[in-house]
Amino acid sequence: MASMTDRTMLKERFVKWVLITFALSSLLFLFLIFVFILAEGLPLFLKVGLKKIIFGFKWAPTKGYFGIFPMIVSSFLVTFGALVIGAPLGLSCAIYLSEYSGKKTKMFLKPALELLAGIPSVVYGFLGVIYIVPLVRNYLGGSGFSLISTSLILGVMILPTIISISFDAITTVPKTYREASAAMGATKWQTIYKVILPSAKSGILASFILGMGRAIGETMAVIMIAGNALKIPTSILDPLRTLTGNIALELAYATGDHRLGLFSTGIVLMVIIMALNYLANFGIKRKPAK
Amino acid sequence: MRVNPRIINQAVRVGLSAQALFTVSILVVIVAIICVKGFPYIDFAFIFSFPEDMGRHGGIFPSIVGTIQLALLSILLATPLGVGTAIFLTEYTRESAFTKLIRFGVESLAGIPSILYGLFGFIFFVIKLKMGWSLLAGVLTLTIMILPTIIRTSEEAIRAVPRQLRIVSYSLSASKWETIKKVVLPAAMPGILTGIMLSIGRAVGETAAVIFTMGSSLRLPLSLMDSGRTMAVHFYILAREGISMEKAYGTALVLVLSILLINVVAYYLMNKAIARYS
Amino acid sequence: METKITASNLNLSFGDTHVLKDVTIDVYKNTITGFMGPSGSGKSSLISIINRMIDFENNVRIEGDVLIDGKSILDGSSNPIELRRRVGTVFAVPIPLPRSIFENIAYGPRLKGISDRTSLHHIVEDSLKKAFLWDEVKDRLNTSALKLSGGQQQRLCLARTLALKPEIILLDEPCSGLDPISTAKIEDALSELKSDYTIILVSNNTKQIARISDFSAFFYLGTLIEYNTTDKVFTAPVEKRTEDYIQGKFG
Repeated sequence: MASMTDRTMLKERFVKWVLITFALSSLLFLFLIFVFILAEGLPLFLKVGLKKIIFGFKWAPTKGYFGIFPMIVSSFLVTFGALVIGAPLGLSCAIYLSEYSGKKTKMFLKPALELLAGIPSVVYGFLGVIYIVPLVRNYLGGSGFSLISTSLILGVMILPTIISISFDAITTVPKTYREASAAMGATKWQTIYKVILPSAKSGILASFILGMGRAIGETMAVIMIAGNALKIPTSILDPLRTLTGNIALELAYATGDHRLGLFSTGIVLMVIIMALNYLANFGIKRKPAK
Repeated sequence: MRVNPRIINQAVRVGLSAQALFTVSILVVIVAIICVKGFPYIDFAFIFSFPEDMGRHGGIFPSIVGTIQLALLSILLATPLGVGTAIFLTEYTRESAFTKLIRFGVESLAGIPSILYGLFGFIFFVIKLKMGWSLLAGVLTLTIMILPTIIRTSEEAIRAVPRQLRIVSYSLSASKWETIKKVVLPAAMPGILTGIMLSIGRAVGETAAVIFTMGSSLRLPLSLMDSGRTMAVHFYILAREGISMEKAYGTALVLVLSILLINVVAYYLMNKAIARYS
Repeated sequence: METKITASNLNLSFGDTHVLKDVTIDVYKNTITGFMGPSGSGKSSLISIINRMIDFENNVRIEGDVLIDGKSILDGSSNPIELRRRVGTVFAVPIPLPRSIFENIAYGPRLKGISDRTSLHHIVEDSLKKAFLWDEVKDRLNTSALKLSGGQQQRLCLARTLALKPEIILLDEPCSGLDPISTAKIEDALSELKSDYTIILVSNNTKQIARISDFSAFFYLGTLIEYNTTDKVFTAPVEKRTEDYIQGKFG
């Protein structure tokens, strides 16, 4: 009998150490990712100079030009565009889902949103090319491969993110707030507008920022729809190339400094996304307590 | 001019439900287009035969197999790592600087976009570790990519298990690990399974991280070091190169149906496990 | 009377809160000893030291000792898992495990390594009979334990601890949510069990303590105020506070 519990205690300690190792693996992977991307991308910053890369306008890596400024701008433009389309629509859906929809509708809407989130980005890109691009070309002009087409598709793609996080923020608002407002004779919309939304503000903002993070990191759909122009777009009908697009379009055949340039692009992308994530988490932490 | 707040209320209600309807209809339209356009090209031969002429003719069998191999192997690696991490964070430590550090690691991994995973997997597995474009490189990269999702959903599920159940188990002379194995994990199973299914779905639809690690060979991967295509990669190449609209739609349909199936199975498993344990 | 459990100069603190103050008590073998007192008197905390469930709390400081059969259960050499096989606990709220009645009771024995169906069935039947539950569930041992009524679930919990063949049974307000009939069944079971087990019953219900316990201990704000045979404590209490509590003047 005694030896059996001794064995149990030994097993306990073994399990604990195995689990600690598993938990540390996440840190290990993060470390590896940082180290290797930095190792490949930093040398070029040192060799060519930070300013020439980040603020350079010309990208011709085989000739020694590593300017990615137009792509940085394009990435942000496309992201803001996606937000213009996705944020109002997403917030409306979140409000509808939490305040207006009954149990049956919820049971139908929630899986629908999960499915929307599950559609691969290549499929979005494909449908964008087949349907949205010609639409833009015929009704608005240009080639159709443009900022507006990309923003439209990306806006739809970030809807699930915005909806689910805003939904969480809105449903966290205590029931008592709603009841108090209704007791004072407010209509549902007045309650939402004056009480619920301000209360859920930081969570909703966080959902927008996380939506931005998703949009700026999006690759496949973007490279299929955005065209491939290395200039800063001057109108919403102009084609563009994002940071993600830069990497995806050239990695397969880049060598030497060209390849290093793509890693440098990766570092810039990583920094932007880390900043966005930090901003969002900061926002979420200030959510009102339950 | 002061508009009656009741009228505004009604207008808003209509406006919001219209937008919700619009959003759902986007999904419906997407699925409908893929189904309608892709269905004519799906047949037994499409699923089970090999592509010919760069995919212009023939089927997509190798990419279906490649997708299954990639998803399954990644889940096989990521699940113990992820559930184990979740167990550690919930059962074996209290909140401390150490756990905050681990969570930081997990959240950071979750925020990295797939193209950067592709970049990392490419330089680390394909080049530095000399695996070349291979199933192995793809699996290892994807494992890291889906790990945060599994950790998050597992941790949530484990935390949701009532403390009383653990107390009862301990009072009946169970050790910590016995309690976890026999009481906590079974009770947390619905949530854990959901996280796993979500991750499989993500692995199936992933392209950027896969194309630069597993490659895009048209051959059937017969070993871990073989390159291959997943359906998503195959679909992307068909579309990008303009090889064949029909085959593209067909591939898209199989791809979307697989993801739909995974979601349905996830729902079914989740409900079944909830029924069994409550 | 043989002593089974001894607490000597026992002090327990959670952070700055001093929960048990210098408690010294001898619990005798094969008796039912009632721990009574208002909320916050420390009686549940004392129980949690005896079954070492206190191990799961944070910020705990213990001074003094607790002995079972003369051997300390608080020093480094004692194994809490072994201890919990000897000390069974029934909690205030019945918590069946989400599995069948049979598997609930077999949970403990399985941990001990008993796996063959016949032995387990024997143990399950025996435990359910001792908890006065066998007749009600003998035909549906494989149905979910969650379907039982509150009183049945609590007797299930009692049977569950009996399955480990403990020496000591601790019950912390076991009848607090139960109807009088279920309460009576449990009290009857305990009265029969005491010939083979040492039982400590924590209760806020003085009448219950008076009904079935052999010895009674009155705790107030962490101090053991009075301890004697139930007869003496209830008919001729020494301390005024004991008398006031029994008469319901506070609680």
